[in-house]
Amino acid sequence: MTYVIHGVFSFLASAMFGVIFNSPRKRLLHCGFVGAVGWLVFLASRDLLLEGDAVKASFLGAFAVAVVAHLFSKWYRTPMIIFSVAGIIPLVPGGTAYNTMRNVMEKSYDAATVYAMEVLMISGSIAMGLVFAEVIIQMIFKKKSTEK
Amino acid sequence: MDDAREEMGIDACLLAGRLMMEAGAETYRVDDTMTRMAATLDMEGADSFTTSTGIIFSPGGHRRVKLTSIRKRATDLEKIARVNAISRSLTSKEMTLEQAYAELKKVERGNFMFPFWLQVLAAAVASASFLILFGGDWENMPFAFVAGGIGFAISEKFHERTRVKFFSEFTGSAVIGLISLATVSAGLGSQLDIIVIASVMPLVPGLLITNAIRDLMAGHFMAGISKGAEAFLTAFAIGSGIALILSLQGVGM
Repeated sequence: MTYVIHGVFSFLASAMFGVIFNSPRKRLLHCGFVGAVGWLVFLASRDLLLEGDAVKASFLGAFAVAVVAHLFSKWYRTPMIIFSVAGIIPLVPGGTAYNTMRNVMEKSYDAATVYAMEVLMISGSIAMGLVFAEVIIQMIFKKKSTEK
Repeated sequence: MDDAREEMGIDACLLAGRLMMEAGAETYRVDDTMTRMAATLDMEGADSFTTSTGIIFSPGGHRRVKLTSIRKRATDLEKIARVNAISRSLTSKEMTLEQAYAELKKVERGNFMFPFWLQVLAAAVASASFLILFGGDWENMPFAFVAGGIGFAISEKFHERTRVKFFSEFTGSAVIGLISLATVSAGLGSQLDIIVIASVMPLVPGLLITNAIRDLMAGHFMAGISKGAEAFLTAFAIGSGIALILSLQGVGM
């Protein structure tokens, strides 16, 4: 049940981000779909596979976003960025960044450093997920086109 | 190719590049689009140097090198898609140079953004959705809805007026902090932290972050670093806006 609720709301959030980023109107639902897939992969892998490790889960989430976005971009012949940007938004470690800042405000720098490191690690793993997925997909497509 | 047509070809390449950069495309894609277009237009040895503040385009041979500066940057995925479609049909010879140039001019003049009220509504709905994703309670949803919508509207309007990005984002997030703090201290909502985080999400520079990384990985270090700096500045503005309000909390609000 939690997953259904999360699926619906991550879909909604990503599609709304499609509006803010002015995606082509016909592609809004696809943006939402990409976002929902990314978030559900993140959530499921964090809670079921990785015992709450948000860093590795972010990698998997971003990887899923990039794969789906890439397939859509091949399918509709539009730049991949249109699908991936809105999809990546739910994975951005907003909460952890907020906690960093809040701890700095309260002058508890020890706690702030821990949160800051986590923000850095999560953003890095999102980046790695995006890039890895892209490289792997490109390798697959290249192989296919040389076989033909 | 006569001179006027050649000039038009160079202008078309540059215009396509500028429109894409202004709309927030990745730098390597802009470079790629321009060189493809140039190859179709028989400019051998064409090359370009793209940063997030300007493009230098050399059509090769003894033709003149031209540059264009990029003064405004926004996120407009529709524009990227349109320019991409035009360059595709030019390179596949479905469109002549004249047609493509006219189309690009149309894109330059056109405004494809969603109406402002719809964007604000979208920001509000997105904030309310994020509240649930971040583990907030259902009864706090209306507050994230209101704070997210108003914060986004104020940030956009300030940006229109002042043209200083840092300031508009600072004001937007400060207003979000104020609304959230007011609702929580009035006893209407609980979970101050989650309301703030969810409402701030529409201001997050998502496109900049992803593009900065992609450009760095593609070897466009100049563009990657400058986009990263812009993203960091935005994040810092949001953070300090919220921090200002939270520091009021200690004073006894």
